[in-house]
Amino acid sequence: MTLTGMILKMSEGLGRTCAIFFLTLLFSLPLGLVVALLRMSKNRVVQAVTKVYISILRGTPLMLQLIAVAYGPFYLFGYTLLVKQKLLAIIIAFALNYAAYFAEIYRGGIESMPVGQYEAAHVLGYSKGQTFMRIILPQVVKRILPSVTNEVITLVKDTSMAFTLAYMEMFSIGKQIANSQSSFMPFVIAGGFYYLMNSVVAFAMSRCEKALGYYR
Amino acid sequence: MNILEIKHCRKSFDGVQVLSDISLTVSEGQVVSIIGPSGSGKSTLLRCATLLETMDGGSLAYLGKFAVRDEGGKSVYASHAELKQARACFGLVFQNFNLFPHYTVLKNITAAPLLIQKREKAEVLQTARDLLSKMGLADREDAYPYQLSGGQQQRVSIARALAMRPKILFFDEPTSALDPELTGEILKVIRALAAEHMTMVIVTHEMAFARDVSDHVIFMDGGVIVEQGNPKDIINNPSHERTIQFLSRFN
Repeated sequence: MTLTGMILKMSEGLGRTCAIFFLTLLFSLPLGLVVALLRMSKNRVVQAVTKVYISILRGTPLMLQLIAVAYGPFYLFGYTLLVKQKLLAIIIAFALNYAAYFAEIYRGGIESMPVGQYEAAHVLGYSKGQTFMRIILPQVVKRILPSVTNEVITLVKDTSMAFTLAYMEMFSIGKQIANSQSSFMPFVIAGGFYYLMNSVVAFAMSRCEKALGYYR
Repeated sequence: MNILEIKHCRKSFDGVQVLSDISLTVSEGQVVSIIGPSGSGKSTLLRCATLLETMDGGSLAYLGKFAVRDEGGKSVYASHAELKQARACFGLVFQNFNLFPHYTVLKNITAAPLLIQKREKAEVLQTARDLLSKMGLADREDAYPYQLSGGQQQRVSIARALAMRPKILFFDEPTSALDPELTGEILKVIRALAAEHMTMVIVTHEMAFARDVSDHVIFMDGGVIVEQGNPKDIINNPSHERTIQFLSRFN
């Protein structure tokens, strides 16, 4: 198999790689905010449950979580995942995992907000929801953007974890080629693809940071 | 008509009494200054009055309507809706401004009148621009807070409070974060408001200013009102031992 052949074959999996990437972000970013708010709840029980959730999802490998989501239903209810549902399992595992990380980033951002911002809004008659959505959250987003960029870059590389479930994204295809051709080249190509994708991510995120740079 | 009426206000933090039996009445057009050493409870009193802090005992009323009632020595807060009504009566200017950094100067002033009071946009814009030109900031409406000096930021925050058309305006050490030159700017603005008979309660360390601008001065220490009355009497000829001591450097 030629180098070009390998690249072309592997690039067929890029759509799936991107699907994991974007769908994970789509679900984990809002879910992370919800988890962060629950984590900061005044209700001790809610707080404790959320702490356990975050601790487990951050404390165990994403790969194990993928396996748990994919095969857990079989061991629990004797239900075998359909091939079509592989992506679903991957997105559930990824979203739950990344939400835990994002939650802690949100929490850090929210807790770094000066109390004066809440008080100023409160005195002006803002409700709690209005204060959060209009005054606090926009400023939090700006503050946490660099940390979010880190996670997003990690996510690009983590999509390769889908090979655990033999989901044929770019890396899994590469691994297959590497095996059948006894070649190391697919891994080099995969590295190149990830680097390229992350260059785009880094560029996009720095544009976002610039866009939010109109105030300090 | 009494704009503000606080009776027998008590407040403690973790068992430490910060305010004990404070009563304060402010009538329309009156300017009251509260002076005293740090930790005397001045700011806590202001925070209780502006509902940023809950009081343990005593009552609080705006325009004769209770926001907090005293029932058997314990403070009982009114319903959410009634507190909202009370909150609409006053404005508060903070020591460190607390402008919204992601809003322009103009939006800082117009956001709450539009969102909370649901006033008409054209009218709110007009009000905001009038206030800005009054504050000498007519050309800065598109600036962001970080682009302004401390004195300018504080003037914006005063404009923001005034745009809500409060019946009474509280100032919590409005010049403490500013150098003497910028302090002068702010005091000038407050003087102008006093000349327009804006009802105000000012916590301040500017003794000469308190003496000149206010109708009534309260000296607090250790959570109690030690002495109060005519500004010139209190500040030039204090009678109480603690007041004399506090003002000795000034006099």
